[in-house]
Amino acid sequence: MLNKSYLKEVFQSSMLKDVMQPNIMFVQCHLLSGEVFILYCVTIISKNYSNIIETLNFKRATHYNGPYTVLQSVRQFQQPIQAQKAGLDGKQVGKETLPPPFTVSILSDGPRSQRSLSSLRSLSDCGNNMASSFSRILSSKRNVGILSLVGAGSLTVGLLLNREQHVSAGAPVRRVYPASAEYPDLRKHNNCMASHLTPAVYAKLCDKATPNGYTLDQAIQTGVDNPGHPFIKTVGMVAGDEESYEVFADIFDPVIVERHNGYDPRTMKHPTDLDASKIRSGQFDEKYVLSSRVRTGRSIRGLSLPPACTRAERREVERVVVNALGGLQGDLSGKYYSLTDMSEKDQQQLIDDHFLFDKPVSPLLTCAGMARDWPDARGIWHNNEKTFLVWINEEDHTRVISMEKGGNMKRVFERFCRGLQEVERLIQEKGWEFMWNENLGYILTCPSNLGTGLRAGVHINLPRLSKDARFAKILDNLRLQKRGTGGVDTAAVGSTFDISNLDRLGQSEVHLVQTLIDGVNFLIECEKRLEKGQDIKIPAPISQFK
Amino acid sequence: MPFGNTHNNFKLNFKVEEEYPDLTKHNNHMAKVLTKEMYAKLRDKQTPTGFTVDDVIQTGVDNPGHPFIMTVGCVAGDEESYEVFKDLFDPIISDRHGGYKPTDKHKTDLNFENLKGGDDLDPNYVLSSRVRTGRSIKGYALPPHNSRGERRAVEKLSVEALNSLDGEFKGKYYPLKAMTDAEQEQLIADHFLFDKPVSPLLLAAGMARDWPDARGIWHNENKTFLVWVNEEDHLRVISMQKGGNMKEVFKRFCVGLNKIEEVFKKHNHGFMWNEHLGYVLTCPSNLGTGLRGGVHVKLPKLSTHAKFEEILTRLRLQKRGTGGGRSVRGGHSLPQLPTMEGAADGRAAGQPAPLA
Repeated sequence: MLNKSYLKEVFQSSMLKDVMQPNIMFVQCHLLSGEVFILYCVTIISKNYSNIIETLNFKRATHYNGPYTVLQSVRQFQQPIQAQKAGLDGKQVGKETLPPPFTVSILSDGPRSQRSLSSLRSLSDCGNNMASSFSRILSSKRNVGILSLVGAGSLTVGLLLNREQHVSAGAPVRRVYPASAEYPDLRKHNNCMASHLTPAVYAKLCDKATPNGYTLDQAIQTGVDNPGHPFIKTVGMVAGDEESYEVFADIFDPVIVERHNGYDPRTMKHPTDLDASKIRSGQFDEKYVLSSRVRTGRSIRGLSLPPACTRAERREVERVVVNALGGLQGDLSGKYYSLTDMSEKDQQQLIDDHFLFDKPVSPLLTCAGMARDWPDARGIWHNNEKTFLVWINEEDHTRVISMEKGGNMKRVFERFCRGLQEVERLIQEKGWEFMWNENLGYILTCPSNLGTGLRAGVHINLPRLSKDARFAKILDNLRLQKRGTGGVDTAAVGSTFDISNLDRLGQSEVHLVQTLIDGVNFLIECEKRLEKGQDIKIPAPISQFK
Repeated sequence: MPFGNTHNNFKLNFKVEEEYPDLTKHNNHMAKVLTKEMYAKLRDKQTPTGFTVDDVIQTGVDNPGHPFIMTVGCVAGDEESYEVFKDLFDPIISDRHGGYKPTDKHKTDLNFENLKGGDDLDPNYVLSSRVRTGRSIKGYALPPHNSRGERRAVEKLSVEALNSLDGEFKGKYYPLKAMTDAEQEQLIADHFLFDKPVSPLLLAAGMARDWPDARGIWHNENKTFLVWVNEEDHLRVISMQKGGNMKEVFKRFCVGLNKIEEVFKKHNHGFMWNEHLGYVLTCPSNLGTGLRGGVHVKLPKLSTHAKFEEILTRLRLQKRGTGGGRSVRGGHSLPQLPTMEGAADGRAAGQPAPLA
């Protein structure tokens, strides 16, 4: 019978005695019916205790009968736990209060557990980076064996060895003043964070921290320091790690809803689809379309994001990604150029190719701490043909770009998908994976890039249409956005624009690229009609979420 | 930037080699001193407010420096930083302050009566006289590290202290975020208004966070005594007037400082001071007196003389443009060099304070 005392007995088996300080235990229980339940409980065992002190919580996992499901639920208990202290001889010598731990919920397991893990974080009393080791253990097939036992009705207990604890637990956040004294003055601010960070929300979240120690104050710093513009509403906050979106969900969720036009991560699921073969008519008339490009970002699960990453983590991201990119073959094979030791010649070439990125100067980024330690562990990788480019440790762990001159968007997207999937396969071989979950899609630093993180666009010449009064409305209805050809915040040169998809979250990559293709084709049709002196019509607005 | 306390513990999971910054292209005091071994020794420490060695050095890592100008490259986040990270700060202080040893004692003397002369600098040459220093309020974290709550508390306490002054010190506080246009115009015209820092040296240290919250300017009615609140330090105190009566400027400076300190002490939040470092400020270059006493002086002939620089050096003086530490215009301002007593040589001539 699966209850606390039974498990306690199991825990006290000989397997455990050799283990000095496990922190997280997960139990996978195979029932006679063939169903698998995964239970998790978190216990605290510190050096002083030779027994399991207390199992804190049993949470029944999601009923799993599919290949895998997504997880992620790190909740921090508010109450400290009462622990029994035992001497070396096993006799109970007293009780002690240990600080509140985290519980970790793993909601799935399965043959393809790559997408099935959140980054598991260790308990609040040690800032251990167990997530990466743990998620790596669980993601590689050979280690799934650790979890599952043979036979139905059996109980498997897995243990994760803890590294030595460095310091005893403290409160996650230094708090000398009450929340009301710390609440930022947002009266002159116009950004999504300021719109939703009420004093109540601030009070609720201000003394929480992610397992790595990232706090609310850090997440919102960029929005506090940059009040915004009356016309342009910026997001005003960033994530320091994957768990930020969970720990600070009370502020991130409404920001996401606003920024992504009603997509609610609490209730909706984001579809991921990188099957380029589904794209229809992706070849544009090159009389109008000068170049085609698709970009996105990817984060490496288990490592903090640019606002919070340590130098070691950033270097690890560089190592992992460059290693994977080194395995690309054929038209994707290429070379890495590290920003720290780039030759003058290489630098000039990268500038000429418009590939080189610079230290961020935008206060939106610098206030978020993304330019720290520049240019350490930053670099650019591109293939020999200069059609597939990866930025490392700029605004995100990686920014992946596929592009070429001309109008063959289908080929650009095909290369994009192929490259991404290859890189993903290569990092998985080494036990890594991308940050992703089924509500938020791919996790990136800025909430505006969640979901697909995809911006597919063209540089297009529309001399007549761009002067038509209906241009803005047409773009709006087609869910397209125009920018200058220098990228975001630049003006157009002549009548050449950068036209790209507006949406990021709530629709799949294939869907967004198809929307762009259909939209650009429509724009070209309009231009052609105007050339012939014919009239054009504003298209009906496209519905957003299917 | 101040992270949660657990962030430093989390970093300890990585090896020293992995976390140690790349300082090969750097030229600042911190980079000269911070070896991998020292970093290894200091990285698991933190001050009681949670300031870590990475917080101390971030500005120096992000700003490699200039071949000609040696910046300090580190800051303190609170009073205890100088103690917890003394292995790093002591050699930097020694280098920056002409060999000042960890065992040296700094003498504080704010008795204006001990000043000899200074009341008759020829106003045909000396256009204005000025003395400035900084003060930190004990018990609060410093600008790189303080939270909004702490900064506001410093402002509240400072304004209370300043508003209690009377006589020639009676004045008014102008908070940056609630200033009227007219007030702003006037403060600009008086050259009192300070702006959000743009120097990457300051920004990288996190001193401009939450701007302009809890920042402001206080000055007396005569416009001869000015205090900046929460700019680069908790307080920057400036006494000035036109002409060459430095004695009077210094007297007002000393009297004003002592009066303010009385009020802070009553609240059990005196100034940060100890007998080794003197007055404790954010940048190690301002330790000791934090004092810069100077004049705007016209020296049309002497300034073109070949030996001008050498004369200045021997007199332990430094020249700047009249725009302060950064600009070069018109006449010269001549502050004196060392900020810590007991330092035989002080700073080298021509080096501006890196955080000013």
